[in-house]
Amino acid sequence: MIPAPKILVRVTAALLVLGVTAFVAACASSSGDAPARDTPRLSASAAWDVIYDVLQSPRCLNCHPAGDTPLVGDESLPHPQNVRRGPNGSGVFGMRCDTCHQDRNLSDAHLPPGAPNWHLPHPALPLIFEGRDKSALCEQLRDPARNGRKSPAQLAEHMLHDPLVLWGWDPGPGRAAVPIPREVFDAAVEDWVAGDCGCPDDDG
Amino acid sequence: MTIHFTVNGRAVSVDGDPSRPLLWVLRETLQLTGTKFGCGAAQCGACTVHVDGRARRSCVLPVLSLEGTAVTTIEGLAGEVGDALVRAWTELDVPQCGWCQTGQIMSAAALLSERREPSDAEIDVGMSGNACRCATYVRIRKAIHRASALLKGGAR
Repeated sequence: MIPAPKILVRVTAALLVLGVTAFVAACASSSGDAPARDTPRLSASAAWDVIYDVLQSPRCLNCHPAGDTPLVGDESLPHPQNVRRGPNGSGVFGMRCDTCHQDRNLSDAHLPPGAPNWHLPHPALPLIFEGRDKSALCEQLRDPARNGRKSPAQLAEHMLHDPLVLWGWDPGPGRAAVPIPREVFDAAVEDWVAGDCGCPDDDG
Repeated sequence: MTIHFTVNGRAVSVDGDPSRPLLWVLRETLQLTGTKFGCGAAQCGACTVHVDGRARRSCVLPVLSLEGTAVTTIEGLAGEVGDALVRAWTELDVPQCGWCQTGQIMSAAALLSERREPSDAEIDVGMSGNACRCATYVRIRKAIHRASALLKGGAR
């Protein structure tokens, strides 16, 4: 888990840059140069720092566990009822994820959260986030042999548009949302891909 | 708003609050009281029914999500899997207080529909979402094995 103050510093810094950039962009726009976007450009390394903080939040990490038991809650505790990943990531015979989880959140805290296609990664490609440091997770995510044969563009598509990923910012009552604003994450994904999915160890 | 679906093969139309859980439509509107209220939070499995053949917790399932679906409750459980489970449950006298048992049987039916000869481990994991405060778990496991044998035709 990333200590909360560290995340706050990063978010604050990103938002500060965002504000300055928006101001500069507004000035550029008024002088006739239309900005490509109104978020700051980050190096691949800085962008990965933001992405990593998101992926290590409970909303993402809980369904990317090191074992075959999903985690639950802001404390990332093992899922009650001995829930298991199962042969295809959707649970086991008689007790699949959708036995309890629906395609939307329910209205009260302590009820099962929901989003379309609620599941864990397939056991053949478990995409483990839990316990991965910044370098190891980056290498795993950009490696087609370990990321589900996804190209950088497909990775970006998944992280920017998959409803199950976006649920992290709308997790329903009783759960903390991903602690990085979505627009900051989206910009970081774009910059990381634009920077050839650079990883911490690339710098030697 | 009217929601249309079937329950045990019978067409039903439900008006009113679309967020109302299926459990209460079954018990109060349709008077199908075999499905039990346990926790109201999808934690114990007592309210398990089948929706389009898959086990679902009816206590948290809003009727708005049921348009066009086929719901099966313990009252409508039939076919070779249902018959085998009823016989096995009866032979082994599985229930104690009985409150959780309809949910147990509906989950067992979902399990056996996909896995005709489950191992002990597969039964334990597949049934682990159904709690029994009388701790009839050993008899439940035996009954599922017995139903499996009945389905196989070798233990009649």
